[in-house]
Amino acid sequence: MESALLIHRIHFAFTATFHYLFPQLTMGLALLIVVLKTIGLWRNDPVYHEAARFWGRIFGINFVLGVVTGIPMEFQFGTNWSHFSRFAGGVIGQTLAMEGMFAFFLESAFLGLFLYGEKRLSPKAHWLSAVAVFVGSWLSGYFIIATDAFMQHPVGYFTAADGSLQLASFWDFVLNPWAGWQYAHNMSGAAITGAFIMTAVGALYLLSGKWTAYARIFVKTGVITGCVFSVLQIFPTGDRQGKMVTDLQPVTLAAMEGLFQGQAEAPLLIVGQPNVQQGKIDNPIEVPGVLSILTYRRWNANVRGLNAFPKQDWPDNIPLLYYSYHIMVGLGTFFIIIMVVAMFLLWRGRLFNAKWMLWVLMLAAPFPYIANTAGWMTAELGRQPWLVYGLMRTENGYSTAVSAGNGMFTLLGFMGMYTVLGILGLFLLRREIEHGPAAVQDSAPNLHPAMQAR
Amino acid sequence: MASLWFWIVAAMVATYVVLDGFDLGAGAIYLMAAKTNDERRRVLRAIGPVWDGNEVWLLAAGGTLYFAFPQLYASSFSGFYLPLTIVLWLLMLRAIGIEFRSHIENQVWQDFFDVVFSVSSILLAVFFGAALGNVVRGVPLDATGYFFEPLWTDFKLSPQTGILDWYTVLIGVMALVTLTAHGSYYVALKTDADLSRRARGFALLCWPLQFFLTFSALVATYFIRPDIMANYGKHKIGLLVPIVVVASLAVMLWANPKGKEKLAFVASSLYIAFLLVGAAFALYPVVLPARDHQYDLTIYNTAAGNHGLSVGFVWWTFAAVLAVAYFVFVYRMFRGKVQLGEGHY
Repeated sequence: MESALLIHRIHFAFTATFHYLFPQLTMGLALLIVVLKTIGLWRNDPVYHEAARFWGRIFGINFVLGVVTGIPMEFQFGTNWSHFSRFAGGVIGQTLAMEGMFAFFLESAFLGLFLYGEKRLSPKAHWLSAVAVFVGSWLSGYFIIATDAFMQHPVGYFTAADGSLQLASFWDFVLNPWAGWQYAHNMSGAAITGAFIMTAVGALYLLSGKWTAYARIFVKTGVITGCVFSVLQIFPTGDRQGKMVTDLQPVTLAAMEGLFQGQAEAPLLIVGQPNVQQGKIDNPIEVPGVLSILTYRRWNANVRGLNAFPKQDWPDNIPLLYYSYHIMVGLGTFFIIIMVVAMFLLWRGRLFNAKWMLWVLMLAAPFPYIANTAGWMTAELGRQPWLVYGLMRTENGYSTAVSAGNGMFTLLGFMGMYTVLGILGLFLLRREIEHGPAAVQDSAPNLHPAMQAR
Repeated sequence: MASLWFWIVAAMVATYVVLDGFDLGAGAIYLMAAKTNDERRRVLRAIGPVWDGNEVWLLAAGGTLYFAFPQLYASSFSGFYLPLTIVLWLLMLRAIGIEFRSHIENQVWQDFFDVVFSVSSILLAVFFGAALGNVVRGVPLDATGYFFEPLWTDFKLSPQTGILDWYTVLIGVMALVTLTAHGSYYVALKTDADLSRRARGFALLCWPLQFFLTFSALVATYFIRPDIMANYGKHKIGLLVPIVVVASLAVMLWANPKGKEKLAFVASSLYIAFLLVGAAFALYPVVLPARDHQYDLTIYNTAAGNHGLSVGFVWWTFAAVLAVAYFVFVYRMFRGKVQLGEGHY
């Protein structure tokens, strides 16, 4: 039975991690495409419209991969985690059904119009379809975060006679305070991915001397957006999220920070390897007192360590949780530094010629993916050993009807399928980037007749 | 309240099958009916702007099922673990078959995705039919409220049933033929010239099979579950189902050779919708019958709490009105026969 639990956990972790590579770019680009379309409409500038079309093509490929890898997520609650679904479905079924009813219909209907309907729509209606895709994808994000927030910090429920959880207050559940900050933090993370990718493609074009007019737009839009969201990512959203973990999951905080022994003037650990066996950090480099300030806003505040909690309530993979958290925070800091420097160069008008900075911006592209993945791993490993915090343990939630062997069969199948999808996706994206935006006169036949007349 | 949700979920599933059914049917005839690259692009253009939205009905129906009947969702999704996962893989393959083909103008690349699209569509139709067959036949639920079915056991109706046995395979074949005809009417409606003519030919070919399978399935269902007609005896309104099913079969036969593609397509949609509603009507209030009827899952022992169901009805109604509005808008936007020479595919 032990191994079936492990298979089901890896099954969900693998499919969720792979899936989230796509929506983070979808949500980030949806915002940036709306920005490009808005400027294009505002200034009546065909270059911005073609820029939006170019990113629309990349968005389209990415969106398909997000959709096909997303469907298994909804199914897995039932297939692999049926005891959990039975236990919590009376509550979280609400947000999962709402995601389908509100977000997916909106997105799917307007994406077709956005990608294939430009000729049939007026420029304003086409702009509106881009906005609808943006709203749909960001709405979808909220419903998922609200579902996760219930698992992190259950509110608005009651326990029915049969032991299952049922909805007590819709608004308490949907407006879970945990969901608010987590959503802001997560969406800001998605915007960072979108901004870094747009910037990186622009930097690549500038460095190779192609499509420079577009490249400047990409870099400028990407750097401004990236700078704003990199800052928001740490403050206030990351800071408030951390505060919430401090208050509601103190044992998780201790594990994330690698704080085995509670203490006043708790130090912030920058580097070091958690040694769970001996209950200490090897090779620590730390800044005294900072953790106390971050968590309780006081230098001498006492921060509870892992020793304050019974061992069976500790997250079950402390090293991975600790590294995920530190990688996320480290990369977040690195994003602010790059983007602030790039912003400064942009403001001084030197960015497009600063080759070294363009190299940095181009090579930075993969890191937001790592940071977003590490962030989700922090949230979900930190929730362990609970499936619904304080109410259901992970070991009690999986489908006992599905044997480890059947679980492994589908896990391997998904791994194979996703490898193929990943290769195909990269191949097609590379092709789009190589083709680049169309020359503006070439794209004229694609414009709405009303625009052509001008 | 639970009864209301039973019919809402049934209606959503029927909507899914009617809408995505023509995508699957178009996929089933795709390799044979559309011979040239131009014709293939026309078929893809006909379903391209709508297939993703159509598929959302499946997700929305699944989500709504989860919300309204969490225990049913938990039991059925874990019990149908293998076929559901295979359906997921097929849905992935179908999606990339449609969407990735047009990215590269290369014969080998396009041939590959053509086959991916068509084969996954055919298998999806069979699996969906077999799933319906399982729900009608009943599954080996026990006192825990759970079960697990392997893909097949001995193809007979033994106590440990598999997903596939002679009955569910029969329903699977019926689904394939029905959706092939449905997709053919859609392709005939959305295209012209040779392609449209060939699609009508496929529909014509399907009709006798469809007629034969409809009655075989009915007889087989009565044979394995003699009790299944009880609701029809109790509530006379159920007799509407066989009337509409027979009438729409007749309309299809009459309209197709006359070139009234729209009428034939509407009749095919009604036929599918009423078959599914008829199955739901026969099952009610059972949502998943057990082979041993004392363990049947019903709307009463699987529904979510009353407060949740009432609150849900408010937002669901609102969202459903919006969704229907988007669909009307999108289908109007892409109405008429498809033309090549613009945009994608």
